[in-house]
Amino acid sequence: MSDAAPTPMVEARGVHKYYGSNLVVKGIDLTVAPGEVTCLLGPSGSGKSTFLRCINHLEKINAGTIRVAGELVGYREHNGRLHELRDAEIAQRRSEIGMVFQQFNLFPHMTVLENLVEAPVQVRREDTATARERGLRLLERVGLADKADAYPRSLSGGQQQRVAVARALNMRPKLMLFDEPTSALDPELVGEVLDVMRDLAADGMSMIVVTHEIAFAREVADTVTFMDDGVVVESGSPAQVLGDPQHQRTRSFLAKVLS
Amino acid sequence: MTTATPPAAPAAGTVTGESPQVVPVRRYGHWVATAVIVVAGVLLLWSVLTNPNFEWDVALGYLGNGQVLHGLLVTLMLTLVAMVVGCAIGVVMALGRESRNPVVAGAAFGYVAFFRGTPLLVQLIFWFNLAALYPVLTLGIPSGPHLFELDANTVITPMVAAILGLGLNEGAYMSEIVRAGLQSVDPGQIDAAEALGMRKSQVFRRIVLPQAMRVIIPPTGNQTISMLKTTSLVSVIAIPDVLFAVQTIYSRNFQVVPLLITVSIWYLAVTTVLSIGQHFVERRFRRGDNRLQEPSLLATVRSGLVPWRRSRPPGPGEPTEGSRR
Repeated sequence: MSDAAPTPMVEARGVHKYYGSNLVVKGIDLTVAPGEVTCLLGPSGSGKSTFLRCINHLEKINAGTIRVAGELVGYREHNGRLHELRDAEIAQRRSEIGMVFQQFNLFPHMTVLENLVEAPVQVRREDTATARERGLRLLERVGLADKADAYPRSLSGGQQQRVAVARALNMRPKLMLFDEPTSALDPELVGEVLDVMRDLAADGMSMIVVTHEIAFAREVADTVTFMDDGVVVESGSPAQVLGDPQHQRTRSFLAKVLS
Repeated sequence: MTTATPPAAPAAGTVTGESPQVVPVRRYGHWVATAVIVVAGVLLLWSVLTNPNFEWDVALGYLGNGQVLHGLLVTLMLTLVAMVVGCAIGVVMALGRESRNPVVAGAAFGYVAFFRGTPLLVQLIFWFNLAALYPVLTLGIPSGPHLFELDANTVITPMVAAILGLGLNEGAYMSEIVRAGLQSVDPGQIDAAEALGMRKSQVFRRIVLPQAMRVIIPPTGNQTISMLKTTSLVSVIAIPDVLFAVQTIYSRNFQVVPLLITVSIWYLAVTTVLSIGQHFVERRFRRGDNRLQEPSLLATVRSGLVPWRRSRPPGPGEPTEGSRR
């Protein structure tokens, strides 16, 4: 990036989201620079996951704007009004944003390699050989080259989640969203997934990670954002937010999590 | 106690010299039931074989009759076409029911309610007599210019009436089966596919439908078997199906019972073949699902000879080899 002020990878302004009549995200501002890793912390029900799902338009926001690499994900701006995009256009923009879910959500009727090849071939119209070759390299990178022909259910949770990361990466995204990627894992399997994410961060990937892994946030994050009850309580470097929290809510949360 | 080895828990099924003999409960009820069934079976078989009115030679002789075989072909063809039409309508109606547009959802609901709520026999006769309701079928503006006009009596042949009746009715039942299948797919699968940039149609075709198939296939097999027998209703609108064929024959030679046996043998034979086919199709759609992967027919038979081993679903923290494929 040679520009003085590069376009932010993610720029959220005043994001509001209702579920029915329940306001779960109450005006969030967030900026993520290219190559930056942001960890979202906060108690369950604080709106972190909902906000994350708004970024790739899996959830429609009710007010505010979210731009990814300068573009609105679900809308087009025209004469000061927002026009909802068609299914195909939303899909095209989503294809640039990788997402990893708490429950892995691998496609159970496809082998590991077929999971990786599906979207590049169906969405990008790549030829199968190219997508397979890149997929195999990614599987090697996450340490699962020998599982290419296995079905997801025969893998452990940690292995499944590493496949899910590789599947998202095979679309060559410019941004990765992680929605509590280690929360469904047995404690001894958390490390292998965090290792893959650490490796990815070191590689310069822009990432937003919703997590409860405070140690991971302290080590890997450039910015830690603490959310509670649908708003950002405080945000800053890990040293600031985790080492010297300014708000009572942040302090009591950290005290509970770290005890 | 003078045992040389510590008394380890004996493995199930193995009997060591040390353990006391086990006397199973005497199940007198089983013996009585078995005796009753054997006696009844023998008596039934005896009467079937000795009662000359069955006329087995006639019943078996007509199995290869040209008219009967042609009827069987019509029955099979009708079953196939009605099921294809039914499945296509079923998928459309299931998607309609799930539509966010309330008018579309309501229309699909109305379709299912109507066709499930009236007897198939009535529907068949109704389609057959459509000409009485609409002598001329037209497409165009009411009391204005018409695109084309067709004589209902020539368009709605008995065969078209039969396909309409069976197919539209089956569509109503299939839509419920398809809907249950679609609802069985984890919403997380749709999230994952959409997050990868797949369009809604791609998500449906590539991700949702293949997984829904596991739930859709078994009842669809049952529907097919049921449809094979249901097609016999079309004999009332003079379609030369296999039942109509034997009816024509026995109205000439009065061998009613033997010919009904002939047709029953054919129905039984085809339903048996369909059941076996269903078994293999179900296995095909269980790919990747260890929990539901049941042993093959052969393995089931073998399991009577070797100790029964059943694979346990792997726990979340339990790496297992993908050795199933």
